[in-house]
Amino acid sequence: MRAYLPDYDLVAPAGIDELLRLIAREPGEWRPIAGGTDLMVLLEADRLPFRRLVSLSRITELRGITASDTYITMGGLTTYSDIQNNEILQREFPLLVKAAGWTGAVATQNRGTLAGNIANGSPAADSPPALLVYDAEIGLLSERDVTWREYCEFHTGYKTNCMEPDEIIAHISLPRNTDGCVQYLRKVGTRKAQAIAKVAFAGLAKLRDGVIERIRIALGSVAPMPIRCHQTESVLLGSHIDPATIAQAKDAIASEIAPISDIRSTAEYRTRVTMNLLDEFLRGLAA
Amino acid sequence: MRKVPIDFRVNGVQRSVDAYPMERLLDVLRENLGLTGTKEGCGEGECGACSVLLDGQLVNSCLVPALQAAGSDIHTIEGLAGKKLHPLQEAFAETGGAQCGICTPGMILAAYQLLERHPRPTDEQIREGLAGNLCRCTGYQKIFDAVRQASEAISGET
Amino acid sequence: MLFQTVGKPVPRKEGREKVTGEAKYVDDLTFPGMLHGVTVRSPIARGRIRRIEFTGDLPWREFTIVTAKDIPGENRVALITDEQPYLAAEFVNHPEEPVVLLAHPDKHLVEKARRAVRLDIEPLPAIFTLEAALAQEQIIWGDDNVIKSFLVEKGAVDSVWAEAAYIVEGEYRTGAQEQLYIETNGMIAIASPDEGVTVWGSMQCPYYVHKALLKAFPLGPEKIRVIQTETGGGFGGKEEYPSMIAGHAALLAWKSGKPVKMIYSRSEDMAATTKRHPSRTRIRAGTSNDGKLLALDIEFVIDGGAYPTLSSVVLSRGTIHAAGPYNCPNVRIRSKAVATNAPPHGAFRGFGAPQSIFALERHMNQLARAVGLTPEEFRRRNFLHTGETTATGQVIREAIGLEGLLDRALELSDYHRKRETFSKENETSPIKRGIGFATFLHGAGFTGSGERYLQSIAGVEATAEGQVRILVSSTEIGQGTNTILAQIVAETLGIGYDQVSVPRPDTSEVPNSGPTVASRTCMVVGKLVESAAIGLKLTLTNAGYDPSDFPTACSQYIAQYGPLKSFSQYEAPAGIYWDDDTYRGDAYGAFAWAVYVAEVAVDTVTFETSVNDFVALQEVGRVIHPVMAAGQIEGGVAQGIGFALHEKVVWDQGRMANSQMTNYIMPTSVDVPRIRVYFDETPYEYGPMGAKGLGELPIDGPAPAVLNAIEEAIGVPVNEIPLTAEQLMQTVMRSEVRAVETGVA
Repeated sequence: MRAYLPDYDLVAPAGIDELLRLIAREPGEWRPIAGGTDLMVLLEADRLPFRRLVSLSRITELRGITASDTYITMGGLTTYSDIQNNEILQREFPLLVKAAGWTGAVATQNRGTLAGNIANGSPAADSPPALLVYDAEIGLLSERDVTWREYCEFHTGYKTNCMEPDEIIAHISLPRNTDGCVQYLRKVGTRKAQAIAKVAFAGLAKLRDGVIERIRIALGSVAPMPIRCHQTESVLLGSHIDPATIAQAKDAIASEIAPISDIRSTAEYRTRVTMNLLDEFLRGLAA
Repeated sequence: MRKVPIDFRVNGVQRSVDAYPMERLLDVLRENLGLTGTKEGCGEGECGACSVLLDGQLVNSCLVPALQAAGSDIHTIEGLAGKKLHPLQEAFAETGGAQCGICTPGMILAAYQLLERHPRPTDEQIREGLAGNLCRCTGYQKIFDAVRQASEAISGET
Repeated sequence: MLFQTVGKPVPRKEGREKVTGEAKYVDDLTFPGMLHGVTVRSPIARGRIRRIEFTGDLPWREFTIVTAKDIPGENRVALITDEQPYLAAEFVNHPEEPVVLLAHPDKHLVEKARRAVRLDIEPLPAIFTLEAALAQEQIIWGDDNVIKSFLVEKGAVDSVWAEAAYIVEGEYRTGAQEQLYIETNGMIAIASPDEGVTVWGSMQCPYYVHKALLKAFPLGPEKIRVIQTETGGGFGGKEEYPSMIAGHAALLAWKSGKPVKMIYSRSEDMAATTKRHPSRTRIRAGTSNDGKLLALDIEFVIDGGAYPTLSSVVLSRGTIHAAGPYNCPNVRIRSKAVATNAPPHGAFRGFGAPQSIFALERHMNQLARAVGLTPEEFRRRNFLHTGETTATGQVIREAIGLEGLLDRALELSDYHRKRETFSKENETSPIKRGIGFATFLHGAGFTGSGERYLQSIAGVEATAEGQVRILVSSTEIGQGTNTILAQIVAETLGIGYDQVSVPRPDTSEVPNSGPTVASRTCMVVGKLVESAAIGLKLTLTNAGYDPSDFPTACSQYIAQYGPLKSFSQYEAPAGIYWDDDTYRGDAYGAFAWAVYVAEVAVDTVTFETSVNDFVALQEVGRVIHPVMAAGQIEGGVAQGIGFALHEKVVWDQGRMANSQMTNYIMPTSVDVPRIRVYFDETPYEYGPMGAKGLGELPIDGPAPAVLNAIEEAIGVPVNEIPLTAEQLMQTVMRSEVRAVETGVA
């Protein structure tokens, strides 16, 4: 333990009202901590910039997964284990279940939360590419009101987002419209398990008579934040899958990403593998 | 911030400690309660040597702030054996699943959780279930053997 | 031969403690009034220390502060040539070099204090690669950056080139590798001029620590006491390094008058302590028309880091293993260890051999290709046989059957059928599969005259109840020391395994049986305890008691004569001859021989390599404990696979940038294949019950086997490890460009 513990403050409000009141009173002062799987690592390395933390662990209102005919809604404190255990998610949103199974390992999955993953904003996070292709909506809660934002507009830059200082991520909703879609998710990590993604590709598509009538493509680890590939999608929407389209799509995706070379991988590798994964996805669609 | 009293159950016994709220559960177990069976291998939630069961779920205790463990039910390696060793402990000792032993407490608890979820696990389930517990000595082969042996012993008992 | 205990999977001696959490590692211990110690380290690679500032609003008077001038003895870590200081005095020579030590009762506050100590260091130009060292871009050691060099010659290589039908050159590189024992380095010390110095801690070699503390403190040897605590892995990483941390803890204890505990964080341990020496090997080899080796000309260079420490010995072993298990009439090995401004590289399982064997086994496949033979046929035409000589002129006296071993390994791995299948499937599949092998050897025990120099002593002592204690400083670090030594003694005395115990090594109570390294504990120390046990029986017999009723004999003997002990000291087997000056002769008492086969799959979408099956077949003399022996092989193979594919140290100005387990990638349970282990036993005359050493052997083979398989899979040579996916992609892309340029499909 490298950090000097007496410098840190952690409170644990018992309910949602108490929590929202606290962060409304002192906006930006209190950093929410959920499962701790990101923030405690920073604390151990003495790289946690927040001194005052508010624990969400007692806020039962933020737990649980509910479903209507049109939406499935996960509380912010839904863990990766919760995701993997939910039958509707297994059936209709297998990419999210897959991503949850790849996040760290069992112990991380039991503690890590979806809200924590989103709020932490790592471009290499495992859930975002799946959430993006599922058109996820984020329910932000403050003492003032509830605001819903499309997840594809949530991240604004490297570890920055559109949240107000008095807001927390209370819900993540997915529209239940994946019927008949081909779904693809692939993570290229530093090893086969418990790995940080070097590239992650999520694809969702619906074809009619060989023409792509719906397409979503999202990537992790190739930009300052998880991204939807709008340009690539527009090349593909309404097209047949043939060598020319695939080539055009690959050009588009290469221009939409901004990968870096870092401690884990290189920009060249990330670019080439992104294009290869797109190729694999599209060939799978055509087949 | 000062230390605060935090209460929880450990291995079935009600305990109370004075700890900083952000203190790691790992350190509270090892230092405040003298339960040194849970080990620190990395402090970053990667190696799993610090694994314990928190309300029945495997967690890395190096990443759990003590305050969040208030009111919970914790099981460490010290709580696994009854009058006899648990079949997992027997198996790890017999099959060579333990060499230097530092990963062993965490590994056994991970295996315990695995067998709860999958009493007759496939090879793939065993590998996935233990993926968060790193072992540098064994190459994992005899750990897999230990889990299989324990699974048979436990299924045999029920 | 029928054994009672040896060869049986008896329970691990300390197994129960390990599975219950009762085993006590150093961080599990606390002492009343104990302080926590930390190390303030240089942030830069090289420079002159101008000033040390204690900044911030901290109660500095509460702290124990130690710098170089506080060292009561010599500021040198005794090892071989002793140049490494405990604490940098005027100059720092590598990132993370220790400069200041702090201790305080509050373990959180002492960390805060560590960050508040500012080292003002005037930078000096530094070098970070072995190329830069060889090119003498800066002179940082001696007058040419060379720490040590060797020349091994057999025959006359230069006479061959004109006649050789085939000549092939190649260059091979291996990177640094972190031992990554799951328990980090740690020590607890108490020290005072009156009481002396006592340290408890994680270590492989109590007497190395003892020797080092002797130099740092003005005390006699009986006033220094070193006790090994349960140790969570070593792999060489706790061979020499513990002397440094023990010295630090003792210095703080000496100055404060209190017990001091120092436990490294994972990041600190990775960045500051030893790693495997990076290497570059260049081989030029000539063969006859029918593929017989005529000449091997090898240049082997390793990067030693900033201080010599063990580099000369690592170089030695790497040099001697560089020509492999082959019969070649003309060999020249020119090797060097050079200095760079990195933390000193040190012992890691294999100790130079994984590096040179990687190069040779890759090169053998290139030679086979040039000659137009399969890799296996090429090996068959060149294997050593009994009566032939190695590169150092050692005559192989033992019976060896490498051809048979190779055949068996290829059969066990279904090599030929897979090769054929993969070759067809690879034409159309995006997953390219390949199967490859390595044939190699590993010498057990200290090189040449090393064991004679060590003069190890081991003992046994019997109680009046017929219980026996083994007295050795050899440590249990997971590999099974306690268990196998107890088996050997039990077998020799004809008593039950449960009657034999191995007390924890404590230098005040056990003799120096030498370091727990070099695959020597079973073969050399095991032989010593066997001899000591025989001596014990003789003592009883000579006194007129019958050792076959052991408890009675002991009780009667002790009643009559007092303590019943027997010691044995190492004597070199007859006919072993080694010349340190010419580096010729019998390098090792015995070699273990092995053939490893790896099956891989390379995904051309992501350039990732999976190892899908692994066969490890070796001849090791006698297997004392079948489970533990297999465990050693399996663990070594996993480490070897990491060495080959994943374990990259990312360097930034001499500092390890990826010093976290998140970013330094060792295999998880999902990453390892099924590892199938097989043993052949040809008993070695001078080993206990015929056993040879096998601890390091398994890490020599996997990397070349895996890369040979990858070359089969993708048809492109790969000569540098770790071969990460990024590296593989570059290699494939470069060969694609070359193919386009040369018009080759």
